[in-house]
Amino acid sequence: MSIESEVSLDGTKLTIAIKGRFDFGSHQLFRDAYERFYKVPQVYIVDLKETTYMDSSALGMLLLLRDHAGGDNSEVQVINSSSDVRKILAISNFDKLFDIN
Amino acid sequence: MSALAPVLEPLTILIAEDSAADLLLLSTIVRRQGHQVLTASNGAQAVDLFARERPQLVLMDALMPVMDGFEAARRIKQLAGEALVPIIFLTSLRQSEALAQCLDAGGDDFLPKPYNPLILAAKINAMDRLRRLQATVLQQRDLIAKHHDYLLHEQRVAKAVFDKVAHSGCINAAPNIRYLQSPYALFNGDLLLAAYTPAGDMHVLLGDFTGHGLPAAVGAMPLAEVFYGMTAKGYGLTQILREMNAKLKRILPVDMFCCATLLCLSTQRRAVEVWNGGMPEGYVHEVATGKRTPLISRHLPLGVLSAQAFDDRTEVWPMALGDRVFLLSDGVLDTADANEQLFGAERLQQVFAANREPDRLFEDIEQALAAFRGEARDDVSMLEITLQAGQSMRATGPLYADSGQSCPLDWSMSFEFRAETLKRYNPLPYLLQLLLEIHGLREQSGALYSVMAELYSNALEHGVLGLDSRLKRDAEGFAQYYRLRNERLVQLSSGYVRVHVQVEPTATGGRMTLRIEDSGPGFDVEQVLARPLDVDRLSGRGLDLVRQLSSDVRWSDGGRSVCVEFCWEALA
Repeated sequence: MSIESEVSLDGTKLTIAIKGRFDFGSHQLFRDAYERFYKVPQVYIVDLKETTYMDSSALGMLLLLRDHAGGDNSEVQVINSSSDVRKILAISNFDKLFDIN
Repeated sequence: MSALAPVLEPLTILIAEDSAADLLLLSTIVRRQGHQVLTASNGAQAVDLFARERPQLVLMDALMPVMDGFEAARRIKQLAGEALVPIIFLTSLRQSEALAQCLDAGGDDFLPKPYNPLILAAKINAMDRLRRLQATVLQQRDLIAKHHDYLLHEQRVAKAVFDKVAHSGCINAAPNIRYLQSPYALFNGDLLLAAYTPAGDMHVLLGDFTGHGLPAAVGAMPLAEVFYGMTAKGYGLTQILREMNAKLKRILPVDMFCCATLLCLSTQRRAVEVWNGGMPEGYVHEVATGKRTPLISRHLPLGVLSAQAFDDRTEVWPMALGDRVFLLSDGVLDTADANEQLFGAERLQQVFAANREPDRLFEDIEQALAAFRGEARDDVSMLEITLQAGQSMRATGPLYADSGQSCPLDWSMSFEFRAETLKRYNPLPYLLQLLLEIHGLREQSGALYSVMAELYSNALEHGVLGLDSRLKRDAEGFAQYYRLRNERLVQLSSGYVRVHVQVEPTATGGRMTLRIEDSGPGFDVEQVLARPLDVDRLSGRGLDLVRQLSSDVRWSDGGRSVCVEFCWEALA
């Protein structure tokens, strides 16, 4: 498991890519990925292209990110989710909180 | 002597040496290095002295009278137990076999004669470092063991407390519930609750908190309190859900929430009402046709959304007697095989399809899981509830043993609930609490609540909302009925339900008259009552129930007003 984060050149977009299992063990790394930027981006993108598994703690971490990004006024996109991961997001109805595609 | 490494802390060192000259020489060197010295002239003395004084390090001559150094070393190591007491052999022996024998006997090092004070000091320091390391390791091991015991104890206590809370409902007593929950599923955040409403319906909750361990179990307590408290008072699913969500939202950290399925199983209405937020699909199993209707997760889990944004919409499905509801936790679907492939919903469907004996469904699923994974998991929860006839109504709360002298006996009150209230408020729990101030009614609280609930929902649904109960004659119409009910309730802008209560003393005790009026068009009372009672009919059950449970039922005003009476005898 590894987590990489990258800010767009204009500083408005932060992309966090999660590789491997996205579960309780990723907690600190995931928080570091967005907390270490002192500039606040407008859009957060969570890239799940290489995420193989996601548990309910990972859903909790997405909620933490959403809260950090401004709660109801935040813009958090979850992209490139595999069909297994998308099932988990769908059961929890997270599409009501996040822009999932 | 300035070249010597500084002594960290003076040690007590035992020197065993049969040559008086060597003993004097060594003692002098060691004392000069800042340590305290104990002396022995043979092995037996050395063992006695060790047992008495517990020195931290031993310098031991190999060849001594009475008891040699090898035997003394073995005994001292035995006395020392787990603590490291370094033994440095003093020896003029040169053969490697003899030197190896020193170490085999438990010696840690050796120092050849003649003694070099520099080497001796360095060896004492090196051995002292090892001794301290061993002491630290032992201390940390003991600390970890203590913490571990403490944690296990805490978990046992927490589980005992929790079991009392979680199992104070009817989960074990109800004949129509079967469940399977791994003993420590609690610490995986799984929660299973069941309780009867005053009307004899059954509320069931299967929940799954995020995370594991105690933090996941902590949130379960307030959830259980809300569930039992509000169910006993006669609140419906939507109010209970709102309260649970608001409470969890308030107390849980942002990244914690509770996936849950909450349902109300009603034998009287032959129906199950369901809200699913984040749990895997359960099923309503129609036994006659074998059809399984999925109970799909339509909502975010509890504790995520604010009270304003929370969606309490439920779904209602018809059930015949003997039909079953099956619920499960994600531990079932997430069971993974050696290649991290998940068991998944499709494999579960295959188990359903292959199941021949409904009563062995859990065993079939467990076997399939075990075969798939190769071992059992400890966070699997499954639940099956069968719709059974004749759940008797029970009195809520304790029946007071006082004489009833202080209870009110001659009064009346009237309420008018208008559109905005009808949309979002259920007045029944409040009314029931009020009526239970009359001690004579307490024994009939179940019947009283059932009758009030039927008459209120008739007034609201058939009267104010104008819904035709004949819609409910088949499963499809049943679903449409509840869809229309939700739509019309949202759009409601006028209309009312009035509730009048009159309480009077009688010669033998007392009488309560309950009259409920609605703003609807009314109905042909004689025609509706003349319909034959059909056991499998989904509609019209309510009125039969009301007629069974109350002593007198009368309609007036073209069906817009209904009046029932409850009588009681004075307490002896």
